[in-house]
Amino acid sequence: MVERHPLLDALSHLILILGVLMVAFPLYLTFVASTHTTSEIVQAPMTLLPGDQLLENYSTAWNGTRKGTGSKAPVAQMMVVSLVTALVIAFGKIAISLLSAFAIVYFRFPFRMFFFWAIFVTLMLPVEVRILPTYKVVSDLGMLNSYAGLTIPLIASATATFLFRQFFLTVPDELVEAARVDGAGPMRFFKDVLVPLSSTSIAALFVIQFIYGWNQYLWPLLVTTEENMYPVVIGIKRMISGGDAQTEWNIVMATALLAMIPPALVVMLMQRWFVKGLVDTEK
Amino acid sequence: MKIKFAMVACAAAVSVSAFAQTEIQWWHSMTSVNGEVVNDLAKNFNATQSAYKIVPTFKGNYTESFTAAVAAFRAGNAPHILQVFEVGTATMMASKGVTVPVGKIMKESGVKFDPSAYVSAVAGYYTAPNGEMLSFPFNSSTTVFYFNKDAFKAAGIATDKAPSTWPEVALAAAKLKATGHKCPLSIAWQGWTQLESFSAWHNVEFATKGNGMQGMDARMKVNSPLHVRHIENLANMAKQGLFVYKGRSNVPEASFISGECAMMTTSTGFYGNVKANAKFDWGLAPLPYYPDVPGAPQNTVIGGASLWVMAGKKADEYKGIAQFFNYLSQPDIQAATHQRTGYLPITTAAFQLTEKSGFYQKNPGTDVGVNQMIRKTTDKSRGIRLGNYVQIRTIEDEELEQVWNGKKTAKEALDSIVQRGNDLLERFEKANKS
Amino acid sequence: MEKRVVFRSSWLPWALLAPQVTVIAVFFFWPAGQAILQSVQQSDPFGTSVEWVGLENFRNLWNDPTYLASFYTTALFSVLVAGLGISISLVLAVFADRIVKGALVYKTLLIWPYAVAPAVAGVLWLFMLAPSVGVVSYWLRVLGVDWDPLLNGRHAMTMVVAAAVWKQISYNFLFFLAGLQSVPKSLIEAAAIDGARPWRRFWTIVFPLLSPTTFFLLVINIVYAFFDTFGIIDAATEGGPGKDTSILVYKVYYDGIKAMDLGSSAAQSVVLMVIVIALTVVQFRYVEKKVNY
Repeated sequence: MVERHPLLDALSHLILILGVLMVAFPLYLTFVASTHTTSEIVQAPMTLLPGDQLLENYSTAWNGTRKGTGSKAPVAQMMVVSLVTALVIAFGKIAISLLSAFAIVYFRFPFRMFFFWAIFVTLMLPVEVRILPTYKVVSDLGMLNSYAGLTIPLIASATATFLFRQFFLTVPDELVEAARVDGAGPMRFFKDVLVPLSSTSIAALFVIQFIYGWNQYLWPLLVTTEENMYPVVIGIKRMISGGDAQTEWNIVMATALLAMIPPALVVMLMQRWFVKGLVDTEK
Repeated sequence: MKIKFAMVACAAAVSVSAFAQTEIQWWHSMTSVNGEVVNDLAKNFNATQSAYKIVPTFKGNYTESFTAAVAAFRAGNAPHILQVFEVGTATMMASKGVTVPVGKIMKESGVKFDPSAYVSAVAGYYTAPNGEMLSFPFNSSTTVFYFNKDAFKAAGIATDKAPSTWPEVALAAAKLKATGHKCPLSIAWQGWTQLESFSAWHNVEFATKGNGMQGMDARMKVNSPLHVRHIENLANMAKQGLFVYKGRSNVPEASFISGECAMMTTSTGFYGNVKANAKFDWGLAPLPYYPDVPGAPQNTVIGGASLWVMAGKKADEYKGIAQFFNYLSQPDIQAATHQRTGYLPITTAAFQLTEKSGFYQKNPGTDVGVNQMIRKTTDKSRGIRLGNYVQIRTIEDEELEQVWNGKKTAKEALDSIVQRGNDLLERFEKANKS
Repeated sequence: MEKRVVFRSSWLPWALLAPQVTVIAVFFFWPAGQAILQSVQQSDPFGTSVEWVGLENFRNLWNDPTYLASFYTTALFSVLVAGLGISISLVLAVFADRIVKGALVYKTLLIWPYAVAPAVAGVLWLFMLAPSVGVVSYWLRVLGVDWDPLLNGRHAMTMVVAAAVWKQISYNFLFFLAGLQSVPKSLIEAAAIDGARPWRRFWTIVFPLLSPTTFFLLVINIVYAFFDTFGIIDAATEGGPGKDTSILVYKVYYDGIKAMDLGSSAAQSVVLMVIVIALTVVQFRYVEKKVNY
């Protein structure tokens, strides 16, 4: 904004702080819970102040030395699986959606709208409903217990294509004209003009898709029968006892926070890209 | 020459047995401590022999694991052993060609198998009318009564003997309320504790046909005068603030641990949690009953899960499974599992072994659940086997909630449960008739 | 809605579409077709006794008064979730965009909750709002509110709406922020020079330019409220008390995954799909006309 209105500034900060409190509060609770012992957590209401068990809980979570077994390997291994899955899904989805949205917006060809709606309809049937037949397809293709099986079926949905379509429609026609005049073909235009312009959308989508891939639970559970292909969320869920047995909430929360570090890093890195994208579009 | 031949024979034998290690996939839903018990059982069994290797895989909670198994079965790669919760028993039984009865496997692999060694109230839940054991009882719990001794003392109630009948519970609740206690009584797993186990405990029918054990045409009977009377009592207690509803399944347990609610009916499985986290003096007692009902107290109904053997595997693999189940039934193994997890022992021998070791004295209250079950069962108390039972449990929750918040009377709600439940039972019967 | 300037090529668009179309044909349409086929069948979970029953699953749904009641519950829930989700995040994004000091901190803190695994988030909300042990419930009671989502339908609805909106705020915020930052500063400056105040500037320039993003989020949020919220309902209320928070998709999920009644679940999915497609078509036809590209 152009002027500096101190009142408006103050108001902005106030609203943002309120927003942050509302949104980040549960996160704060997770942190607090990870610094106490389990008994302190279960005695309601749990105190809002951090406790003294921070180092203990986090080293237990990382080294897997909880009461009983659990070893270091599973945690590290699971983080690797989560990382690969998240990256493949994020990159894969963005790549194919950029291409599809480009085709739909910038070309005329028979059945164009049909394909748009066909892609769009993939948002309309939740995964859980079609999970049994999807599993069968993956199994028949021999993709069980593989990164391919973990990632490719999840690339199918339309969110990214829809977003890019929205964005491409806002790109001024003059740019296309200019490219044509320059003698550039469609792919040159795509590579040199459209993709750079879309950087903020791509960044936003990367964050969303990375986290989506990182937090996958039900699909990996079904598609892998070997525990060394389990992502980290399954490991966390596994510590939460569904029955009456003791759940070590403090360790669960500590592990959850550790598991949140890569997505958090992604978020922070992408912030930079937003700003960069902004600078570019100023040209 | 002889030595050479012997060496060759040895080498051949070694290579054959190295090749022959058969893997047996076991899908389970045990988390945290119980998950470690599963891994240890498999590891120890594998160490006793080299022909078979049990491979346990955590497959999510009971619902998720069941979904995974269904998906895998349809795609042709089901596990060998699947842990299924008790409410899924009817479904597993009715599905044709999906499972193989445990009794059959044990018999065919020549493993010594004596069904009478198993506690009737535990194994009976998973046994066919003709006596053949269908699935292997693995983790069974039952319904018991926990009470806060410190709260009792503060209200002037004697704590040497727990309230054993519902009138006594109501009296204790009134005393607690009179001294300002906000939540004298609450219940967890309300369908299981107040309807199912309640019925067995009083030796009355929960559903016809032996609660469904004898046929798929069973229909619910949970709106009988006794049931209506009990729910009405609870509803009145709710109105007076003596009973406070704290949620479905095991959610209310947190309010006992925190000291908020002084009495609670829930599973034996809650014991470990209470022992570790309750900061007050507490006790464990059998489920309360109505003393004027003939035959009460009979026995309570189990919860938990059992191990099913899936069809379509090789004969050799079934042999391995039979050996594993045999291993699990050894009294010392059973006793150790029972003591470590809090789940009921499935054989009488295991119970006696634990008793002899003084475990029950050192851990007062751990024998309450077992004592409720080590009895001869009747046709009405052996267990429950109804189709679509997951949905029926939810219906029970929904209807009872409307009683607690005053929207329905006890009779209306129970009638509704019967009507909606029977609809589901009819559909189950129809779907599985072909 | 249409580009006036396009490229000409007979084969390129097909090549560009091919990857996505292949993936969705194999991993969406083929399984979806089979799932929908189940709506006219009645089978046991394992698929060993499958019977053709025509429209019987649909008829059973129509005869179930609780199913019809959940249409209203779903409508209420979706309007609240989409409406609150979008407005709150828009406000936050606009203010986050305009300040300079501490911008990074606010933005990170507002986006980060999205990274919490749904499994953990569900448990957290339960922790906070559980009547007895929840931190928030405790303070509500201190303030004199008799908070009881276990038995009070309205409290329960408030709780699940709050949880659903919370999860989406970070998501919406992220996209609004991206959208706001692609609004050319030059336009804002020009308007400021012309003497327009911030409020005016927002409504006449920023909001219209933001409309593609808003439209995108509107569709996505409605789809989210209709299809992706069963996890929250399952963790928080399981549809209770009674059936007060039982939205349509929860019953789909419950019947399909928990109760293993695949025929009924598939039939409900078909109904739900038809509703949402209709809603989306309406949005594209009428709302998109107002969107500025």
